[in-house]
Amino acid sequence: MEKTLDKFVDRLIKAKLGARSGPCFPLMGGQDDRIVWNRKADETRILEKVFDGLHINSLSFLRPIEPYTSIIAFLAKKALESDGTISPKDCETRTFLHDLPVIDEFNPDKIIQILKKRKSVIVAPKTTGTKEIGPAIIAHGTVSPEQGFVTISSVCFACFIKFFTDYLEALQKGIATDSDHHLFDAAIPHLGTVRKKMPNLMKGPFQNEENVYSAVIEAGFKTVEYGLVDSFFGNVSYLWNHTLYISQTGSSLDELAGCIDPVPLDGSTSAGITASSELSAHMEIIQRTDCTAILHGHPKFSVILSMDCDPVEKAACDFSDQCHIKCPKKRFADGIPIVPGEVGTGPFGLCNTLPLALEKNNSAIVYGHGLFTIGKNDFSQAFASLLSVEHACQRLYFEKIKQLRKNL
Amino acid sequence: MLFGWTGNILHIDLTKKEIEVETPDIDIYMRYIGGKGMGGRYLRPVAELPWDHPDMVFSIFSGPLSGTISPTSGRTHIVSKSPLTGLVGDSSVGGKLATRMKQAGWDGIVIKGRCSHPVGIEIMDSTVSLRVADDLWGLDTETVHHRLAPQHGSLALIGPAAENGVKYASITVDRHFIAGRSGLGLCLAKKNIKYLLVDGTGRCKIKNPDKLKQAREDILRLTAASPALMGKFGFTCLGTGAVFDLMDNRRMMPTDNFRRTRFEHASKLNAAGYAEKYAPRKHGCLGCHILCKKIGQKNGQAVSLPEFETMSHFTALIGCMDTDLVVKANELCNHYGMDTISAASTLACRREITGIAYTEEKVLSLLTDTALQRGEGVDLGLGAAGYARKMGKPEAAMAVKGMALPAYDPRGAYGMALGYALSTRGGCHLRAYPISHEIFRKPVATDRFSFSGKARIIKIAEDLNTIIDSLTACKFTFFAAGLEEYADVFEAVTGIDTSAQDLLKKGEGIYYNERIINALNGFDIKDDDLPARFFTEPGSSGNNILIPPIKREDFIDARNKYYDIRGLDTKGLPLEEKAKTLGLVWKKP
Ligand SMILES: [Zn+2]
Repeated sequence: MEKTLDKFVDRLIKAKLGARSGPCFPLMGGQDDRIVWNRKADETRILEKVFDGLHINSLSFLRPIEPYTSIIAFLAKKALESDGTISPKDCETRTFLHDLPVIDEFNPDKIIQILKKRKSVIVAPKTTGTKEIGPAIIAHGTVSPEQGFVTISSVCFACFIKFFTDYLEALQKGIATDSDHHLFDAAIPHLGTVRKKMPNLMKGPFQNEENVYSAVIEAGFKTVEYGLVDSFFGNVSYLWNHTLYISQTGSSLDELAGCIDPVPLDGSTSAGITASSELSAHMEIIQRTDCTAILHGHPKFSVILSMDCDPVEKAACDFSDQCHIKCPKKRFADGIPIVPGEVGTGPFGLCNTLPLALEKNNSAIVYGHGLFTIGKNDFSQAFASLLSVEHACQRLYFEKIKQLRKNL
Repeated sequence: MLFGWTGNILHIDLTKKEIEVETPDIDIYMRYIGGKGMGGRYLRPVAELPWDHPDMVFSIFSGPLSGTISPTSGRTHIVSKSPLTGLVGDSSVGGKLATRMKQAGWDGIVIKGRCSHPVGIEIMDSTVSLRVADDLWGLDTETVHHRLAPQHGSLALIGPAAENGVKYASITVDRHFIAGRSGLGLCLAKKNIKYLLVDGTGRCKIKNPDKLKQAREDILRLTAASPALMGKFGFTCLGTGAVFDLMDNRRMMPTDNFRRTRFEHASKLNAAGYAEKYAPRKHGCLGCHILCKKIGQKNGQAVSLPEFETMSHFTALIGCMDTDLVVKANELCNHYGMDTISAASTLACRREITGIAYTEEKVLSLLTDTALQRGEGVDLGLGAAGYARKMGKPEAAMAVKGMALPAYDPRGAYGMALGYALSTRGGCHLRAYPISHEIFRKPVATDRFSFSGKARIIKIAEDLNTIIDSLTACKFTFFAAGLEEYADVFEAVTGIDTSAQDLLKKGEGIYYNERIINALNGFDIKDDDLPARFFTEPGSSGNNILIPPIKREDFIDARNKYYDIRGLDTKGLPLEEKAKTLGLVWKKP
């Protein structure tokens, strides 16, 4: 159990959501016959009461580092002034988290009350005297601390996307407040820069299965290293010898060894049952294009820009509350098509929209979700696209902001 | 006013030829929910009677969600005492029985007593009648189904295997759905009930239809995102047989009566092979969107295709390599009404003991002999454990508490090992269903070769699956959705505020009640165990996967932790205090 806890504590730190020391050091507890923690902390006294009140086997607690701490503090305060929840519109939140409840104090009963119904709860920041204690995210698991890790990562990602999307929309509508501007300016220095220099990836076409596995593992690893996914989610595939080698569902892109499913295109085995939930989309893309490599990440500004829609047009649109599945407009970000579609194979699944878009482009963005890129022989081209689209989207976003703020 | 539940439970006393209508308080419903929970409520007072005692109850329950648009709510839960194991005997079964019961105005039916001659119970809304069924006794399941031609109604019936006393006789519901494993068909036969026909014209009352629609959409979205369910190779497309390749791949396919874990011919016997050969169409429980049941075509006739367990056990376990044989064996078991897992396991046990390999003819003739209880079939009808004991080789039975193990080798998944050993109905994979995280990676993957953390995982999962069987939803949905989403559905239907955790708590009480029932029948730590083979013999390693024997001390350590977490004493018996906190009564005998 201790090993598992340390593993996911490390992941939160590697994902740049937590820190190795200080208040942002993640705290994780696991319970089999007794509760063990990854470290000593004052908070465990209250969190152990939470354990007692719920049928769970793990709890994760994180005071995230900047810019998340300021963003979440900001959204949490706003939530407490309204219905007590943050409601992001990105795909992950919609599908898996519903909404993000906020409470005003670090109190076991209040935490239990929320976690009885939801996967996470956000504790709003508190000022005692001169000291401000940042917001915290608490998440539980019934199987593994990994659930807490996944939930906390998703919460941070969702809040990040929400803040920057909302800010753009507020400027467009002319309703941005001073505190919006203030937070935006304060968050910028923490964004870091997306690396520009391409990594040296294995050159294809690959001659044997072993190289295929290595190339998929490498592509996944580099995608994480370059910060092109939120945490470690996303998926990768490569077509070789009439078989699609694809990352498994819920696998961590930086650790794909042993988590790649070979899926024969003729359907002769169903071992692909554990493959990524986007398997159908990948298969369809392979059918419709001459690519062999597919990369999918969740780079933040591609996701943010995908949700940018002129407020006047949006107000007049019949589907303005269903953009993610029914957006009727042909939309682009820096020339890259943006398509609606949700995860999986449902009637509004992205497997119906994305492959069509990739027939004419090497990249396409799925509304509120992420970016898919393809390449002919190996991952170099797909990776380069992933990188360049995210750069372009980031640049475009800040240009838009600059322009709108100039007009204030 | 109740929403979700009808508020009426039908009691039928066959000996006295009386019916009674019970209208329980909401408190009762909130505590037992329905399905498995309700079944356990009626079994508890008669727990110490033998399974074939006239006063033994046999209950059939829907759940609060049945008959509504709640996803996968069409399942029925049947509970009595198992003739096979002497434990709680229960089975979740698909079809439209639960829906029709609700439409007829009944949450459930509790039957006791015994008829002097074969009867059919016919329920049309509030009218209950017994029909003489002497003419149907001895007939196979399809023939009876076609004679009675239920049309809109739902029909549950037994076949000759039950009538002749096969310990693992099943109940067939709506032609294609089987209540298997615990031998519940035999319980009906003992009461002289050949069939139960239910039809209704009413509607279920729902508190908040708009909220229900929303909650339903949330679940559908999650199932659409699930590779195991609606993915290209998931249950919707290929049925539960989709698991077959994975078990081969993970080197945990029980082969030669669990003496090996890899069957070399597996790649030719997978779901894709059946799909090509039998061009299956999708079929499923009423109101389900997953539709995991596969009905194929054979010589222009519709044929139920085998489930994963049947595919695996009628090949790898008994050393046969013919999909046609599997389909025929499956048909034959369905025809006579007996559980395929138990039937195949008993044959595998016979093969190990006698050392004689099977031909196709031999397998089919032994199945017929078993159903008709003639020749060698008399002993084979006892199930693997009973058969092996009779042959003086009890160690050859790959069973837990008398129930033969399904097609996941526990050496390939340690949560499964613990789940099998602790399950309240014997060697069953469904009580804790650890395959979900150990193999399907849902909700997240766990290390399948480790007991670390598994004791609590199993305990929580048992509570979860208990509540699923009480709501009467389908376990498969939970590869994708969670109790969180189902709590919303429950609230929408019943108008009663609840949460995932509240429901889990109720599951805990219902499951503990089963532990009490089993303890009253003498079951304890000596029974919470696996066959010795798994601790001494390795599986078939290879392909970079090592399948060593399970370390006995690790297993015992995990089992002790489980007892502690479940609130049992060191012998695996219930504790008075713990029972009290769950609103149950237990006194150490
Ligand atoms: Zn994605």
